[in-house]
Amino acid sequence: MRDDPIAVVARDLSKTYDRLEAVKSISFEVPTQTCFGFLGPNGAGKTTTMRMISCAMPPSAGELSVLGMSVVTEPRRIKSRMATVPQEDNLDEEITVLDNLLIHARYYGIKPRIARPKAVELLEFMELAEKRDQEIRELSGGMKRRLMIARGLLNTPELLVLDEPTTGLDPQARHLVWDRLRSLKRQGVTLLLTTHYMEEAAQLCDRLVIMHEGRVLVEGAPRDVVADHTTREVVEVLEPESDVQEQLEGLASVAQGVERLADRWLFYTDEGDLLLEKIRAIVPPGCVWLRGATLEDVFLSLTGRGLLD
Amino acid sequence: MSTATIDRPRAFDISLPGAWRYWHRNAMVFRRIWLLGIMAWFAEPVIYLVAMGLGLGKYLERVQGVQYIEFIAPGLLAVSTMFGATFSVTWDAWFKMERVGVYHAAINTPLSVEDVALGEILWGATRATIYGSAFMVVATAFGVFRSWWGLLTLPAIALVGLVFAITGLIYTYAIKRVDYLAYYWTLFITPMFMFAGVFFPLERLPDWVRAIAWFMPLYHAANLMRSLMTQGEPTAALTSALWLGVVALVLLPVPLRMLRRRLVG
Repeated sequence: MRDDPIAVVARDLSKTYDRLEAVKSISFEVPTQTCFGFLGPNGAGKTTTMRMISCAMPPSAGELSVLGMSVVTEPRRIKSRMATVPQEDNLDEEITVLDNLLIHARYYGIKPRIARPKAVELLEFMELAEKRDQEIRELSGGMKRRLMIARGLLNTPELLVLDEPTTGLDPQARHLVWDRLRSLKRQGVTLLLTTHYMEEAAQLCDRLVIMHEGRVLVEGAPRDVVADHTTREVVEVLEPESDVQEQLEGLASVAQGVERLADRWLFYTDEGDLLLEKIRAIVPPGCVWLRGATLEDVFLSLTGRGLLD
Repeated sequence: MSTATIDRPRAFDISLPGAWRYWHRNAMVFRRIWLLGIMAWFAEPVIYLVAMGLGLGKYLERVQGVQYIEFIAPGLLAVSTMFGATFSVTWDAWFKMERVGVYHAAINTPLSVEDVALGEILWGATRATIYGSAFMVVATAFGVFRSWWGLLTLPAIALVGLVFAITGLIYTYAIKRVDYLAYYWTLFITPMFMFAGVFFPLERLPDWVRAIAWFMPLYHAANLMRSLMTQGEPTAALTSALWLGVVALVLLPVPLRMLRRRLVG
């Protein structure tokens, strides 16, 4: 089974609950030993998809197989070979850090003789070794997240699903988590994560899909997605005064596209320097700059709104 | 490759090792707080035993041929067992299910929803047995055992604990807000406590009162304990045990099904 090149296959997968069509007939394949990302704003259907993959919620229609098995008929066998780190921490607050891991290991049927050294090793891996006897409430948000990930590694999963692994973490904590996830990928673990941070997806993901309102809009490697769905560069203009707006609109024909957001205008172009020069002549200095296009721009041009909205 | 539209999940996905693993989680947590936990919930029936049994008992003739304290001790043993199970499967289970995510963490592992519900029931029964046994030790000091059938009290406690673990969990899994838990006590536990024959026999009360009492688990639990401990009547004990056993068997699948609907949909 470990040689199966595809970890997750979804075909026309749908989920409807509480009369809400959360996931609308999506299809994707997650190759093993890669990091696969689900990007999208809140309510895009990312978490619902993760829950279906984690066997926590049966699909309403379509096919979904994880590690070569159907989520409907083989949830126990799938769950014994994968792990899920949900969006919200659900650590056992009545017991210590180490006991959290030991109890969780027992859920997997791992013998205490094997579980204890494994737990200690994972605490070291997630830089929590000195916290092993502390209570959960004494941990910071970043430490809790790392402990959640450590807990998800107890059964040495082939597939690790992480739902927004760094939401709410400070930059240092986020970089530590990223570093550990990269290290897991090198060890051959297939990672599947959701995020609405562009930087996270660009840092970690080999492939990704962008979801919006229950559908998959695009799929591909981050670089290809950007190259295929937007221009090379973007000129940003910060809150243009009303008297120069007409002149700026006149430049729209030079750019391949213009997006007017609440606080800034975006000009999509493959010739940034040229356009930048023209705009500098119109608006005051410091209010305009040139940058490379990102996944955020792809999302913006596909849906007309930002990922963090 | 299988399709979700064709495959049907198993109607009842249950594994005893799975339930045992969840039971073990609860036991491990309880081991850290057992003294506090026991003191709080087992003190109450002991206070009733001493206050009513010794205090009120001074002013009473013998009840059903025994001292008043001997009459109420078996009933209070049933109450103490009921409290132990009920606390475990109401506040405690709610907290684990809704507040701290213990349930969600468990079902992300190979454990199924049914394993967790069954483990919760078995733990409720275990905790009830611990509370009941603690009360029994105290009651023994007051010399309330008058029959050798009293040796069967321990399995009887476990049976009573099982019944109340199931009924309480059904209620907990049915409600949407923690505030409703109080109604389980005011509408179910407290009326039984007062009217199920713990403090006074029901034989001189109108037929309809006894008819209602027959549907109360505590009525049969108190009768079971009394038949074993003081009266030494195996037939009466067997009748009560049968009532409790049938109720446990019939209701057992209910909370399992309810939890699946609640957590998985």
